[in-house]
Amino acid sequence: MSNTAISVTDLSKKYGERMAVSHATFEVPLGTICGFVGPNGSGKTTTMRMLLGLITPTGGTGEILGESIKHPEKYLPRVGAMIEGPAFYPALSGSENLKYLATLGGFSTNRVQHLLDQVGLGDRAKSKYKTYSLGMKQRLGIAAALLPNPKLLMLDEPTNGLDPEGIQEVRALLRSLANDGTSVFVSSHLLSELELISDYLVMLRKGEVVFTGKMMDLMLDQQPVIIAKGANDSQLATLLAIAEGAGHRAMIRDGAVHVEGPAEWALDFNRAAFNAGITLSQLTPQLPNLEETFFEMTGEK
Amino acid sequence: MWNVAFAELRKLRRPTLFLGTMGAVVFFSALFSSLLFLLIDSPDGNSDRGRTVSRDILALATGGVQGFSSVGGFLGIIALCVFAAQTAQEYTYGTLRNILVRQPGRLRVLAGKFIAMKLFALVMIILSAIISISASVLLAPRAKVSTDLWFGVDGRHAVFTTFINIIISVIGFGTIGMVLGLLLRSPISSISFGVLWLLIVENLLIAVKNSLQDWMPGAQLAAIASGGVPRGMATGIEYSHALLVGGIYVAVGVIVASFLFVRRDVSN
Repeated sequence: MSNTAISVTDLSKKYGERMAVSHATFEVPLGTICGFVGPNGSGKTTTMRMLLGLITPTGGTGEILGESIKHPEKYLPRVGAMIEGPAFYPALSGSENLKYLATLGGFSTNRVQHLLDQVGLGDRAKSKYKTYSLGMKQRLGIAAALLPNPKLLMLDEPTNGLDPEGIQEVRALLRSLANDGTSVFVSSHLLSELELISDYLVMLRKGEVVFTGKMMDLMLDQQPVIIAKGANDSQLATLLAIAEGAGHRAMIRDGAVHVEGPAEWALDFNRAAFNAGITLSQLTPQLPNLEETFFEMTGEK
Repeated sequence: MWNVAFAELRKLRRPTLFLGTMGAVVFFSALFSSLLFLLIDSPDGNSDRGRTVSRDILALATGGVQGFSSVGGFLGIIALCVFAAQTAQEYTYGTLRNILVRQPGRLRVLAGKFIAMKLFALVMIILSAIISISASVLLAPRAKVSTDLWFGVDGRHAVFTTFINIIISVIGFGTIGMVLGLLLRSPISSISFGVLWLLIVENLLIAVKNSLQDWMPGAQLAAIASGGVPRGMATGIEYSHALLVGGIYVAVGVIVASFLFVRRDVSN
């Protein structure tokens, strides 16, 4: 049996002359939470649609839970998905909407109330979907994705519209599902969220995969940054010159000098600044977070 | 397929849609049948387009289902609207992607939805038959129409054949609605196009060139509902002709729409 939840090779989708996804190749190991990131229009949703059998790839191959994506009927009963936000019938209640999907997929409707309770909608089960807030709609979408008791959960921006408490609940839910053996493939623009929960990462840029692998490997691979501030902004140019003079890449951002270099060099930097008559008000060595790494790798911002 | 049909029935039985549609069916079935008898002596006629259906005709074995037969075309329009809306709303709500993730067999999805909507239409037709025939039976004595032949073998046969004809016609109209829903992917566009074509464009074309009525889809389905005219009549459409031409329209529409539904990317 395959030990990957998702495996795609050279997966491509072309609309006219535009390549929405170009030769994407990546794997998502079973039982992991895999973050799927990329700027708007980078091909995340198109890739998810291809994996769910909603659109036909122009080229390439793929497997979900060991089955070819050419035969979605073989794996979709074990896959839960929410793509492009929640979509339900406005005139039906949350409960009725889930029962509709359960009947459609041949699942028991007995789990519906449990799932609604699980996502915090138990007391609004009988309310019509059109009366739900954006966050409640999102929660219903997650409940719908959990209907088949999935082995693989694919969620597109699941925390959209959720308040901080809701985001934390979703994070805890995904972690507990992964602990129980469910593989989670989740896209989000909240990179700090993905950084907290993802074991694995697939990063897209303009339809191409720019990184795929363990989150830890990506972060450790990044050049540490030393952030320094003088007593006033007029000293930033001098600090920049000191860093560049020592052979480090540096830039001024957000009122501070950001220097790429090992944390140990912070001591030399401090000494050089002092010799130049500058007393530093901040000197912080740190690893870039996912957001900074993302911008670095995708060339955004 | 049956899972899809059962799921669709959950949607179709919601009170606003079910009671609203059935309320309209009850109202118009009672209205069409009542007017036949209440306006029997009116110089402006008692049937559609100012036609007069006399006491002699109403006293025939087919008299009891005359009202039911008249409302058949209207039931077809209702079916077209319901089928079109229920199909196209999957695109506008974005729910089609949920459906296809849970049931990736696209032809099975179409077949299941079609079965559920046919059942809905069947309930509509049965209700209309009960109301129309009951209204006719209740109002016939007051309009001095003899009902002796209505309850004989020929009368029962007339009820049966009219019922079957209306089922064929209503399902035909509904199928056209479903095809429009799949092609236009918008409830408003598909209903507007269907209703405008059937009620206005076809009638205008037929008014300009009468022979066109033999080739218009709505005219064929309406002719099936009313049982068509006897062979050799100068005006009107023969039943067998209507069945053949109407059937071709429906079949071509179903094949084209199914092909597109199966092949088309779901990207909304």
